[in-house]
Amino acid sequence: MHGKGTAFLMMIVTAMVSFLTFSYSYVGAGEKPAEVRKDDIPKFFVPSPPSSENFPCSKCHQFRAADKTKRKLQEYHTTVELKHAEEQRWCYDCHEGDKLKLQNGQLINFDKSYYLCGQCHGIIFRDWKAGVHGKRTGSWDGDKLYRLCVNCHDPHQPKYKPLEPKQPPKKPADIK
Amino acid sequence: MSKEIRKNPLEANLHRRTFMKGIAAGLAGAVLPVSAADAFNWDSFLQKHFKEMSDEEIKRVIERLEKEASLEWKKNIHISATKALPNVKFGYGLDLSRCIGCRKCVYACVEENNQSRMPQVQWITVLRFKKGEKWTDLENSEKYYKPKEVPEKDFFYMPVQCQQCENPPCVKVCPTKATWKEPDGIVVVDYNWCIGCRYCMAACPYGARRFNWAKPNIPEKELNPEAHYLGNRPRYKGVVEKCTFCIQRTRAGKYPACVEVCPVGARKFGNLLDPKSEIRYLIENKRVFRLKEDLNTEPKFYYFFTT
Repeated sequence: MHGKGTAFLMMIVTAMVSFLTFSYSYVGAGEKPAEVRKDDIPKFFVPSPPSSENFPCSKCHQFRAADKTKRKLQEYHTTVELKHAEEQRWCYDCHEGDKLKLQNGQLINFDKSYYLCGQCHGIIFRDWKAGVHGKRTGSWDGDKLYRLCVNCHDPHQPKYKPLEPKQPPKKPADIK
Repeated sequence: MSKEIRKNPLEANLHRRTFMKGIAAGLAGAVLPVSAADAFNWDSFLQKHFKEMSDEEIKRVIERLEKEASLEWKKNIHISATKALPNVKFGYGLDLSRCIGCRKCVYACVEENNQSRMPQVQWITVLRFKKGEKWTDLENSEKYYKPKEVPEKDFFYMPVQCQQCENPPCVKVCPTKATWKEPDGIVVVDYNWCIGCRYCMAACPYGARRFNWAKPNIPEKELNPEAHYLGNRPRYKGVVEKCTFCIQRTRAGKYPACVEVCPVGARKFGNLLDPKSEIRYLIENKRVFRLKEDLNTEPKFYYFFTT
């Protein structure tokens, strides 16, 4: 009676152990570390409000015919000085009505503007999705708040503006 | 010795030796702390080493310290003693192609971690190097730079703080074991055990430790009341302190203060044991190096370039 009971117990234990070992190896098989999938867009970000007085664009542009010849604007939007590949393109290469236009013709909203920047700045886009480019706040193992490209970089003059640095440390000679 | 007692002004019937022994005993007794008004008290004298105390004892010690700190700093200080999270080893990344040398991290750290303002204590030092010159020699750096705007052309900036080494020389030399490496990788100091010999400061190859030469001076408005026993609780005169990766924040899951405040996102933080963390991503995908690698301290602070 004892022999039969122990044998049965051994079988159960072996079955469990082998099931566990095999299930672990199956789960680990397909994963590659640090691989960012194509649709791995970060969940949280601060959408940048476009200029409130000129938004939505259709407020004015509904009533004007679009003049798509490349030129320096004289009447409106004169504060926008493009310093971002200005030889190769101008307003209508990225803007289309109330949305932004990608190179494949697809229209996107302003709160997904990272796709537009990511067209040319692909490496930085990939780094941003992984969290290595740009500022993030929140928890290191939980929810994080990302920022859109335009939160730090003015899309028309994207070079990061210099800041005034904070005070240097006191020199030992200055300590009284 | 004769049993005769010489004539003395007090007319006391005492031998000189007995008299001297009496005086000595009286003085010793007067030093004993019998009243609560004494600055010295038995509990702090008999406090055990942090690693030897049970959770109950730690709780009692913290209650006493919180009371002392509240009296001292006129604010309700809350000291926690959160243990290290399991399966966590903190790592830090710093993007040298993005750091603009604004020093916002330095001052955010000072505020978050209750560092003395006078005399000035700053755990983070930002070094400035000229591009193209021999720069791995840290003595060629400038830390007192004061331009109108940063970043300056042809210069780059490298902030240095405690590297939380895996093989820390400071821990090896401490004569009282007041500093040790926690399981999550942070090297901590027990300010009640430190005797202030500064041997660890001599041993640290990165110059990361700071000493409180005088009683720390913190403006009451800027005192951070959320503290950790091993981290940012208000310190005393004569103890050594250093960056603790904001132990009070990181053990609660938040980013350190310097990471949060950096305006360009040059600072990255995460769990080295988590293969999906950003710190692992950048170690595997970017040009990474560590300072003074030849000393075998195995620091957890990885500097990298993205451009």
